Amino acid sequence: MSDMTTYDVMRQFADSWGLLFMTLVFVGILAWAFRPGSRTRYRDQADIPFKYEKFED
Amino acid sequence: MAMAQAGLLAVIALLAMLGAALAHDSQFAIHMGLIAIIALCLAIYRLRTMDVSGKAIPVQADDGGYMDGPVRYGTIATLFWGLAGFLVGVLIAWQLAFPELNLEPYLNFSRLRPLHTSAVIFAFGGNALICTSFYIVQRTSGARLALGNAAWFVFWGYQLFIVLAATGYLLGVTQSMEYAEPEWYIDLWLTVVWVVYLAVFVGTLLKRKEPHIYVANWFFLSFIVTVALLHVVNNLAIPVSLLGSKSYPVFSGVQGALVQWWYAHNAVGFFLTAGFLGMMYYFVPKQVNRPVYSYRLSIVHFWSLIFLYIWAGPHHLHYTALPDWAQTLGMVFSIMLWMPSWGGMINGLMTLSGAWDKLRTDPIIRMMVISIAFYGMSTFEGPMMSIKAVNSLSHYTDWTIGHVHSGALGWNGMISFGAIYFLVPKLWNRERLYSLRYVNWHFWLATIGIVLYASSMWVSGIMQGLMWREYDGLGFLIYSFAESMEAMHPMYIIRALGGVLYLAGALIMAFNIWKTIRGDLRQEIPMGAIQAAE
Repeated sequence: MSDMTTYDVMRQFADSWGLLFMTLVFVGILAWAFRPGSRTRYRDQADIPFKYEKFED
Repeated sequence: MAMAQAGLLAVIALLAMLGAALAHDSQFAIHMGLIAIIALCLAIYRLRTMDVSGKAIPVQADDGGYMDGPVRYGTIATLFWGLAGFLVGVLIAWQLAFPELNLEPYLNFSRLRPLHTSAVIFAFGGNALICTSFYIVQRTSGARLALGNAAWFVFWGYQLFIVLAATGYLLGVTQSMEYAEPEWYIDLWLTVVWVVYLAVFVGTLLKRKEPHIYVANWFFLSFIVTVALLHVVNNLAIPVSLLGSKSYPVFSGVQGALVQWWYAHNAVGFFLTAGFLGMMYYFVPKQVNRPVYSYRLSIVHFWSLIFLYIWAGPHHLHYTALPDWAQTLGMVFSIMLWMPSWGGMINGLMTLSGAWDKLRTDPIIRMMVISIAFYGMSTFEGPMMSIKAVNSLSHYTDWTIGHVHSGALGWNGMISFGAIYFLVPKLWNRERLYSLRYVNWHFWLATIGIVLYASSMWVSGIMQGLMWREYDGLGFLIYSFAESMEAMHPMYIIRALGGVLYLAGALIMAFNIWKTIRGDLRQEIPMGAIQAAE
């Protein structure tokens, strides 16, 4: 272990724990996008460009 | 306040004059002199417009609360730099066909080429991104731009960056890294401007009335943050002297190459893709007058793009000293990018479902649809070219140039034109554009121009690649390099003609926008109207 270069250490981390972490986060985001009950919220959010045409305080 | 500002500008002018006097090279002296003149003019302007009466300054009435001044200036700057960039592009296309047109030393191809790429990407595209992001973030947050006049600083600071970069190229100031040519002091200035841009954008989001951050803003935010990161890392360099334009990069060899293409490909991914997708997700629903086809798909589109794009850079370094696994990684991620790209394309196009008839009567929608179609086409072509076997034929040939231009002219150009046509009547309070038929002319000239450009570069690129790899039975090359150049000559002329058409379309647009801002309306038969028989 002691003769491993910084490159080796980072490379090994990147293709093990780093890869696993990134994959889980990504899958988590996708699952979140498809969570139950999100459909109505998305319908409202898609209308945002039509809500604030004129500035109101 | 005004006195302090004028004083600060005078100090800047003085320092710049010192820099010019003590400069180690003439290019640095010219740039410092330019900064000194600008700072001095600004200081005088500040003093002359200073209010000495001591009365309270009345709050300027503007735009019902949204800050649209920088957006108005931004649309005009977009148009201006677009014309400049297209013009230089046409010129260098003719230079490639007829080398006699190289006027040494300032108007050589090698100096004009970065001028063209920077003018169209950073000046035209950058101004389009800055002004549309300022427009969209206000109207999807229900909030005025944050931090007062900081948005003006972003606009003018960015123009100064463009002027320094562009004059630098002509004078020979370059770090010779593609799309990152400006030298260290210009890079530092852009960093300052960019951080203020980020602050204005995030500040506006923080002030928002709408609880949800609309997806277009996610794309814009990722564009601003990622470009800041890419710009800083790729431009890490040590200047030879603080009074000279030359610097040496921190990374060298294959590390330098990888950092450079990590930068450049993500400039494509986040500057030319994510930012412009922000435009698509706002302007297409607005122009069609219906919400985006699937908001859920837009979220999936965003996160997939973010997670995949950042790894695709190594495909620019196939068959080089870069480790093989890194090349394969770049290729695999490039191919995976197919999915989010096409998901986004479908989302944009399907927003028109139930309103396809508008294509007949609204050339602005036509422009947006063709831009999304080119987005789909170039994001199909790109992953295909990143496959090593295909790349062995396509790399270093004109095929790459054609690919870039179908993306840049087709996707980035057309969506920006559509955005400007949408914005100008709103920003200047006009009933409509001066002429929709002129938009239609612009649409067809630009589309035919792109088709000529892309198809001639496919032919010339594939021919070039095949001629380079042609061996005889004894292993000798069949063709010399000069022979491949000669064979490509007709295609170079067709490409230049395509560029002329694209420029002509942009000139029609400039005329149309100018008339619209003046408040003129052209009397014309509406688009799609059935004309009476003679």
